[in-house]
Amino acid sequence: MTSFKTMLGAASTLALMASMAQADPALMYDLGGKFDKSFNEAAHNGAERWKAESGGNYRDIEVTAEAQRVQFARRLAEAGADPVVVLGFANAPTLEEVAPDFPDTSFVLIDMVVDLPNVRSVVFSEHEGSYLVGMLAAMASETGTISFVGGMEIPLIANFACGYAQGAKAVNPDINVIVNYTGSTPAAWNDPVRGGEIAQAQFSQGSDIVFAAAGGTGLGVLQAAADAGLKSIGVDSNQNYLHPGSVLTSMLKLVDQAVYDAFNDGAGLETGIVVMDLAAGGVGYALDEHNADLISDQMQEAVEAAKAAIIAGEVTVHDYRTDSTCPAF
Amino acid sequence: MDIVVIVQILDSTLRLATPLLFACLAGLISERAGVFDIGLEGKMLVAAFMAAAISFVSGNVWIGVAGAVTASVMLSLVHGLAAITFRGNQLISGVAINFLAAGITVVVAQNWFRQGGRTPSLSGDARMPRLTLPFADALRDVPLIGPLYSGILSGHALLVYVAFLCVPLTWYMLFRTRFGLRLRAVGENPAAVDTSGVSVTALRYGAVAICGVLCGLAGAYLSTGLSAGFVKDMTAGRGFIALAAMIFAKWRPWPALWAVLLFGLLEAVANRFQNIEILGLTLPVQAMQALPYILTVVILAGFVGKAIPPRAGGQAYVKEH
Repeated sequence: MTSFKTMLGAASTLALMASMAQADPALMYDLGGKFDKSFNEAAHNGAERWKAESGGNYRDIEVTAEAQRVQFARRLAEAGADPVVVLGFANAPTLEEVAPDFPDTSFVLIDMVVDLPNVRSVVFSEHEGSYLVGMLAAMASETGTISFVGGMEIPLIANFACGYAQGAKAVNPDINVIVNYTGSTPAAWNDPVRGGEIAQAQFSQGSDIVFAAAGGTGLGVLQAAADAGLKSIGVDSNQNYLHPGSVLTSMLKLVDQAVYDAFNDGAGLETGIVVMDLAAGGVGYALDEHNADLISDQMQEAVEAAKAAIIAGEVTVHDYRTDSTCPAF
Repeated sequence: MDIVVIVQILDSTLRLATPLLFACLAGLISERAGVFDIGLEGKMLVAAFMAAAISFVSGNVWIGVAGAVTASVMLSLVHGLAAITFRGNQLISGVAINFLAAGITVVVAQNWFRQGGRTPSLSGDARMPRLTLPFADALRDVPLIGPLYSGILSGHALLVYVAFLCVPLTWYMLFRTRFGLRLRAVGENPAAVDTSGVSVTALRYGAVAICGVLCGLAGAYLSTGLSAGFVKDMTAGRGFIALAAMIFAKWRPWPALWAVLLFGLLEAVANRFQNIEILGLTLPVQAMQALPYILTVVILAGFVGKAIPPRAGGQAYVKEH
């Protein structure tokens, strides 16, 4: 059995090597999978866009269990992929372990910072994007109560919640913001049943707009809002099309752009920290034909004004990750 | 705490307890017949997938439910084949079914729908309709009865009522019918059943098939009633919680009902109150969410008295020559 496994491993490594004679870029998805309609899918779209425009090829792989992270990242690097783009905050320890072993390969980590000479860390200013959708939620709310469903209670997700609450309170200082989290294990990103139940519990507390930042769990939240005839806000990718007329907007995080840029820069890309904030167009809110009727001109004007003020530095949105506190709570 | 909160929590409790109740009764019937089944989780998962997939393709949720039950019964029969006919280890067979289900649902879903191991979202007739009980609207404003009847009892999918109806049915079948008597006997002393000329094998296959039907309903409710579509691993450990509830209930139907309601209530409370203050001490959300599992450990540690499984449980029956 063991020798069989080794042979399988060797065979797959060989296959990987054969398919990558030159230095093709590679993309490693996080748990949740390539087609999560959200974070990972955005990365996939960015890679596909690069492929269509450059005619190049890339390799991708989906992590399906915690234990595979280091193994898969190492395998991609060993196979000669360059740069290796790794998605998700949970892969910071992965790169800390793998990147030093491949000093000539460039790595890109999205959503977290790793301080190594051959790693580019791309972080998004989720608090700024969430601030904008928080404003929209507060303006659209009729009950004066809005809510948030997160996946796991980690600083990254708390930063979404914090920005959302700050934006809402900028519009209406008396607004009540309910914040709930789905769970404390990675299963929390894939439990639409619990997501829906939490959303219904929030609705019973008077919330009429719910913002979901919870991966696959978020689909259950959006569904619950659509069933209840209330409004929801999607995350990462544009999710407005999922329930037209019920999804107020989506907090966009341009993961696709980050992946596209990394693939374009190719091997030997510039490393260090890249901050994708509002000014850099890394975050934003989605406006398309599916929610055009939900966002009035007045709402749009107010949000655009706030966006300009944030870019100009007149308004500072607090980043939860700097001191683990939130002024809005 | 006002009445609205209580109604919302109890309403949520009923929904969350339903898949647990189906799975718990499924395990109870199988184990009463002497076949341990830790593959409840896997069968629910396959059923959840089949229900969502077939409902989506056919556009009719009831065809989906039929598909889910069929798939779940097939898996049950595989378990039966391994555990009854070939006298294999029942626990290992159950574990194998769980692994098989976790893998095969995602692989088939990916090949079928190309959405990364999920089914498309269901809408319209492909979702389980919610029933409004008679007079629910008229009684809504009556104090006490209104919230109780219209708020909590009414407005669920048909399978919720079926699940609760299954409790007296299971009790009647086990304790008031000849089939039930033999089924219990085959779990306690199969040799005695055999000497009286009744087939041990047939009885055990019967029990395993009923278990499959109930798991199929549990899975179908998860993906078409509680949510609208299948995502990978969506059972999220509910099959194991059902097993814990079954042991908690000492393999009896009525206590099983109270056990799953308790687990459902805990989950509903954890969803509603994420930070509870007790005597000035704030319980963090993690503690609330861990509560069902802590309770399971406490229960299994023997807190509720001795839970004695059926005597021939887990043993294959070998006819003497």
